[in-house]
Parts: sequence; structure tokens; C-alpha cells
Amino acid sequence: MSEETPDQAPDSAESRLHRPLPDWPFFLGLGILAAFYILLIAAMLLADVFYAAKEWRSVGAILVSEEIRYATWLSLISCSITTILSLWVAIPIGYLMSRWEFRGKALIDAILDIPIFLPPLVIGLSLLILFRQTPLKHLDDYFSIALSIPAVIIAQFSVASAFAVRTLRATFDEITPRREQVAMTLGCSRNQAFWFVVIPEAKRGILTAATLAWARALGEFGPILVFAGSTRKRTEVLPVSVHLELSIGNIEGAVGVSLLMVAIALTVLVLVRVLGGAERANRGFAP
Amino acid sequence: MIETRYLTVQVGGFVLADVNLVLPTGRYGVLMGKTGSGKTTLLESLCGLRRVVTGEILFDGVDVTHLPPAQRGIGLVPQDGTLFPMMTAAEHLEFALRVRKWPADKRERRVKELAELLHIERLLERRPHELSGGERQRVALGRALSFKPTILCLDEPLSALDDDTRAEMILMLKRVQRETGVTALHVTHNRDEAKKLADVRIEVKSGEVIEYSADPSDLNMLLATSDDGGFSSENGPPVNQLPR
Repeated sequence: MSEETPDQAPDSAESRLHRPLPDWPFFLGLGILAAFYILLIAAMLLADVFYAAKEWRSVGAILVSEEIRYATWLSLISCSITTILSLWVAIPIGYLMSRWEFRGKALIDAILDIPIFLPPLVIGLSLLILFRQTPLKHLDDYFSIALSIPAVIIAQFSVASAFAVRTLRATFDEITPRREQVAMTLGCSRNQAFWFVVIPEAKRGILTAATLAWARALGEFGPILVFAGSTRKRTEVLPVSVHLELSIGNIEGAVGVSLLMVAIALTVLVLVRVLGGAERANRGFAP
Repeated sequence: MIETRYLTVQVGGFVLADVNLVLPTGRYGVLMGKTGSGKTTLLESLCGLRRVVTGEILFDGVDVTHLPPAQRGIGLVPQDGTLFPMMTAAEHLEFALRVRKWPADKRERRVKELAELLHIERLLERRPHELSGGERQRVALGRALSFKPTILCLDEPLSALDDDTRAEMILMLKRVQRETGVTALHVTHNRDEAKKLADVRIEVKSGEVIEYSADPSDLNMLLATSDDGGFSSENGPPVNQLPR
């Protein structure tokens, strides 16, 4: 004696299907939020470009000036040296931090983050003070490091390395230590396992770390201003040029140099991507 | 021959204590046990990848307890192969030979030999991501055997394979072990694998160790054990017992 009410009626196949809410509002939300930031970046660059186009005569004049040519070369060379030095410390640190647990690791980890958190000006100031104290003072007296080109590189290095270390640690974290262990059973020492197995696999991470260090070094300004000074045609790297042009009210010049930096950065980025892509197709090196 | 005497290994909070194990030369030993029973830890200790707290590991009577992995002359086939992603199959096969500075012609001959043994002649130029699971394990096996070790350790080498490939690999493992005469210790939790491969079965079951031997002539060597009655070894520790 079943009395069927609409509630208890056997569900039709259609009514049993669950209808989820539509997905488009989700994607619309994502799109709007993403577009906000992407447009901001694009608009900033476009504004620079339009401004420079309007004032192309004075912008052109500044770009061919001797000072800016000097600053460009100094930037390129100092950033490249900084990148090499950064990798030189970041590869071992990244590897050690990724592979071994030891007492005081958390402290070391925190120290490695200091250059990322510290205001750039403070890093410059700290470097300046460090090089005023024995024993580095003697080094400085002898080689006159502060307010000279080595100071530019030291200032860039102290910040850029921290970023390279972060990247490489993540890179080594992703490479399973199993492979080194297998390499060791195959006859490798730790050193050989590192060079034959870990480094080839870390190549892309190393390239990323190098790019990041290079880009950080190119944009470095605060520490350089304090530690290396802003002497024209001496410690003048491109961000310092922008600062100098702005300080004498030459906005056209500042915009011109800014665009030059954007162009350099993009060129390097594309170059690295292309080289990185080619690297992938190459054979990994064996012992 | 693989032999451990009162072997104790600690990995973090996990302790594998007082393991006595004997696997005679040229035999295929299968070590069974559930996940977390310490099978892999034991295998890694044999390979020199885990620090031994106390006890001894002997290969053919030689104490290797504190030798680095490279010096032990032991081939390892890890779970899932653990191939080197940047190298081709051929480069895997000659990796250990390059490290040992074999001349190019000898290396080439050995790679050819291994490729034939494992039926991977056509895969030599491929990288790991271009190989199937079974092919990867063959390359891993070739890499482990390349330098002609006397001992081969296999850590669940077939666990990631489908049934057909597994059956095929079981035949291959058995054949390769017979042809090379290597002493093999194979860790697995698959009964079928153990049944088909093992000359000697060593099993860890809820903390207790049950020993089997497919070949009765091994029994005397293997079951000379137990201080609570039963067999007893003449001199030396009870064998093939894992901690209870």
C-alpha cells in the first residue's frame, strides 16, 4: 500500500543528475584579478615608451652620451661578474642546505634570507661600515674598494647571491638523492656523483638562478649608492644613471635609461630562454 | 656470499637491530616483508648507503661494514629504476666503466654484451623518458651489472610494472642471474615473484622471521639458527633472523 507523494516519487533519470553551478564566474574572477596586474605592468612600460617617443630627441641624446655608454658597459660587466660569483657560492650552499641536516641549520637558513628581507640601503650601509673595520679596513686602504668598481660588484653580489641560493636550494631539493646514491654504488665518490649526476640534472635550475642573480644585480641601486657612491663615469651603473638624471630634473634622460634597462633585461631573458631550450636538446655530460 | 652478523642500523627513529643473514654465493635470495619492516633499510646498509651502528657486513668473507658504497662492488637496482634523466641507455650502461676509466673499445664491447643480454639493443640511444617501465628496469639492471659485481641488490624492482611485463622480467632476472652467476638479493612483497625467483627465501612476518629454501642443499647453511631450541649454529650467530 504505497501512497506516492511527489517527494517520494521515484526520481526520473533527469532529476537525479546533479547540476553544478556554472564555471564561468570562477574563470571571470581569475581573469579580472590576473588582468589587473598584467595590465599595470604593460601600462607602465607603454607609458615610458610613449613618453620617450614624444621626447625622442633628448632621449636619443642621452642614450648616446659618453656617461650612459660607460654606465651600460659597467652594468653589463659587473652583473656578469656578480652572476658568476653568486653561482660560485650559491651552488655549494644550495646543495649543502638541501642534502644535509645539521645543528643550527635553521639559523643558517635565516641568515641566508637576511639580504632578501633587509632594506637595500641598510645592506649598503652595513657594507660601508664593515669595510671601515679591521681587518677589511686594511684591504680597503690598500685596494680602495669603497666608492670604486669592486664596491659595485660586492654590493650587487651580497643581494643577488641570496636569490641564487634560494633558487638552487629548491633545484637540489627536487633532485632525488637516490640518484647520487646509485652513482656511488656504481663507483663514484661523492664529488664524482655531484659532477656527473647532480650538476647535469641541475643545469636548468642553475641557469634560472644565474638569470635571477643577473637581473637582481642589474636593478641593484640602494647598496651601490651607499657603498660605491654615484660618481659619474666611475661607479655609475644604469640604475645610478637614472637616479642622477632624476636628481638634476632630467626626466627624459631618466626615462631613456630606464627603457634601455628594460631592453637589456628582456634581451638577456630571451637569450637565456633560447639557450636553455637548446641545452635541453643537448646530451647531458657523462664522466 | 652475503653475510651479516648482529647488524644494527638506525634511520631516524627506526632501528633495525641484530640482523643475521647468510646468502651463499651464486644464489638468488628473496627478502620478503611488509612495508615498513626494514627490508629496504637492510638492502641500503648492504650497499653502504646507511651508517651501521653495530655489527658486521661481510661479502665473500671480507668485512665491508665501513667501506664506502663505491668500494663494495655491489650492483644496485633501485625501486622504479632511478635512472639518470640526462643520459641515454648506452650512457647508463657505460657509466660505471667510465668512472673506472675503462678504455673506449672495452666499454663499447661491454655495452654491446649487456644490450644483448638484456635485449635492449634497440633502446641504446633513448633517454629514460622515452622508455617504458620494463625497459627502464632493464637499463637499470644493465647499469648495475655493467662492472661485473659479484653481488646484486634489487629493491622491489618489479613493483611498478604491469602483470605481463612483470612475468617477462621475472624470467629475465632468473636467466640473467644464472648466466652471470651473481649473488642476488631481491626485496619484494609479492609472493608470486618470490616463489618464481627465489633459491632462498627470507621472510619477515609480523616481526618474526620464517626462512625457506627452495634448494634443500641450502638448508644446512641457512637454518643453522635459533637460540630458543631447534637448530643451532656451530660457531657464530643465528642466521636469517630479523628482529622480532
